[in-house]
Amino acid sequence: MNPTKSIEELKELARKVRIETIKSIYLAGSGHPGGSLSITDILVALYFGGYVNVDPQNPYKPDRDRVILSKGHAAPSFYAVLALKGFFDKELLYTLRKLGSPLQGHVSRKHTPGVEASTGSLGQGLSIALGMALKRRLDNLDYKVFCLLSDGELQEGMTWEAIMTAKHFNAKGLIAIIDNNNIQLDDFVTKVNSGIYPIEDKFKASGWHTITIDGHDFSQILKALDEAVKISEEKPVAIRAITVKGKGVSYMENTPAWHGKAPDREKFIEAMKELGVSDKEIEEFLTKYDR
Amino acid sequence: MFLYTKDAPKGDLRKTYGETLIELGRKDPKLCVVDGDLSTSTKTAMFGKEFPERFFNVGIDEQNLIGIASGLAYDKDRTVFASSFAMFLTGRPWEIIRQHVGYNDLPVKLVATHAGITVGPDGASHQMNEDIAIMRAIPNMKVIVPADNHILKKILYKAYETPGAFYIRLSREKFPVVYPEDVEFELGRGFILKEGKDITIVAIGLMVSHALDAASILKENYGIDAEVIDPVSVKPIDGELIAQSAQKTGKVVTIEEHSIIGGLGDAVISALAEKYPVLVKKIGIPDTYGESGTAIELLRKFELMPEQLAGNIYKWLNSSK
Repeated sequence: MNPTKSIEELKELARKVRIETIKSIYLAGSGHPGGSLSITDILVALYFGGYVNVDPQNPYKPDRDRVILSKGHAAPSFYAVLALKGFFDKELLYTLRKLGSPLQGHVSRKHTPGVEASTGSLGQGLSIALGMALKRRLDNLDYKVFCLLSDGELQEGMTWEAIMTAKHFNAKGLIAIIDNNNIQLDDFVTKVNSGIYPIEDKFKASGWHTITIDGHDFSQILKALDEAVKISEEKPVAIRAITVKGKGVSYMENTPAWHGKAPDREKFIEAMKELGVSDKEIEEFLTKYDR
Repeated sequence: MFLYTKDAPKGDLRKTYGETLIELGRKDPKLCVVDGDLSTSTKTAMFGKEFPERFFNVGIDEQNLIGIASGLAYDKDRTVFASSFAMFLTGRPWEIIRQHVGYNDLPVKLVATHAGITVGPDGASHQMNEDIAIMRAIPNMKVIVPADNHILKKILYKAYETPGAFYIRLSREKFPVVYPEDVEFELGRGFILKEGKDITIVAIGLMVSHALDAASILKENYGIDAEVIDPVSVKPIDGELIAQSAQKTGKVVTIEEHSIIGGLGDAVISALAEKYPVLVKKIGIPDTYGESGTAIELLRKFELMPEQLAGNIYKWLNSSK
């Protein structure tokens, strides 16, 4: 793979995505900042690192690569990436979760160009991705199917049905990326149901190739994606990305309470400042969009 | 127009399903079939034998079954037939059906076999009496219940030609042939199988032939002239046809091999309430579970045999005068 952007450029894009993520959640008054921020760097690497071949002008071209956001609650950062990629106008981000908006609280293929599967109910994405990988063979195409999972949704039995079945059907081009921030709604994953661990051993035992990385280190992410793209032509690949929930906004980082709530005005301003937005820009944004 | 007689030959719905899948598979090289380790019973194995590359037996994991079928169908350029027993095709993965097949109106045609109590000796765990209720609650889902193998074939072609989600309910038992081979099926259009003036009987599936037999008994024993309607499609339902009949007869009975909660009876009542409210008696499986027994024994236990139906309808007519 030839990344189309340098690591510095990817970092800058990730900062922009984080800003848009928090802005849209703040204006919506609800949403899931923690898991949106933990998957941001991976999303940016996929879409701007040269791994996902998509045409925003023709979002459902048969030979496009597929990205299934199985952790559908990470919609805000996913939408921000799609907007920066050119699927729709950035202004739409500020309609997130509002009546009539194409940007639903959890991603919906019916509403938003660039979305491959309607998710939000956890644990279903990997089966969908597997179905798409099987279709690839029938259609004689060579697209990749990337499936982004949360660690919490590994608790869903259906995920394991798909893990087991992928190898049986010898699915090609299937790459699962687990956003392992170790936090779910109630508490840390290790406290709620630690049974998902050890993640790599379980995937390996089911015939998958596994890679473990720091999900915020672009050089590691890019290297892992290079390897995954290559090996996925032989067997399905799972990348366990160890991440920090709420990454980039320090008061949110590694804090279960920020799984699913929007910041108030004060906390919003604090987040913007930390993400490098100037006082003037914050003021302009709030004047234009805030209720 | 209708073939049915008391001694009508029986037709194998599952075999018709398997044969029609092969016809459709030959016609459309993109058509796929997904099953969950019941393909020799549902007869999708017949398709699998001819088109192994387009047949996916995913094993005993029905949530994954629906997920894979949806993944194959999301681009809407492939029609996917997905099959298992009614209990496991609709009950186990209901929410996945709702989230993908229903919400996105995917071209996934869910064809369940072994519905109702006539699955028999396997007992309550396998006797799906709630599938119509839970499937008709899903927006976009069409719910169709064939009365015989001839109309089933037309239903399968219609489901194939019509975009979007379908649920088609078959049973393990062979059904008496009701319709001629060249019967025409239109979505949401029912049939008056016997005209009458005293009461309207609306029935689906195996209960269509039982209703026709019950109508004969009502005539012979009690002099009651019943009109018999097969709506075929429970959703959308032919409310117009049923309301017109109710206007003529003034009373309606519904008969289904399904719970009286949420099935045909409730669909008919909803349609009538808006168009022409009359008294309605729902006959079906009461709010309970089945048990092991032969199909006939269970039909008798739940008073779904023709002579029992006729007697109970007569009693109701008298008590509700």
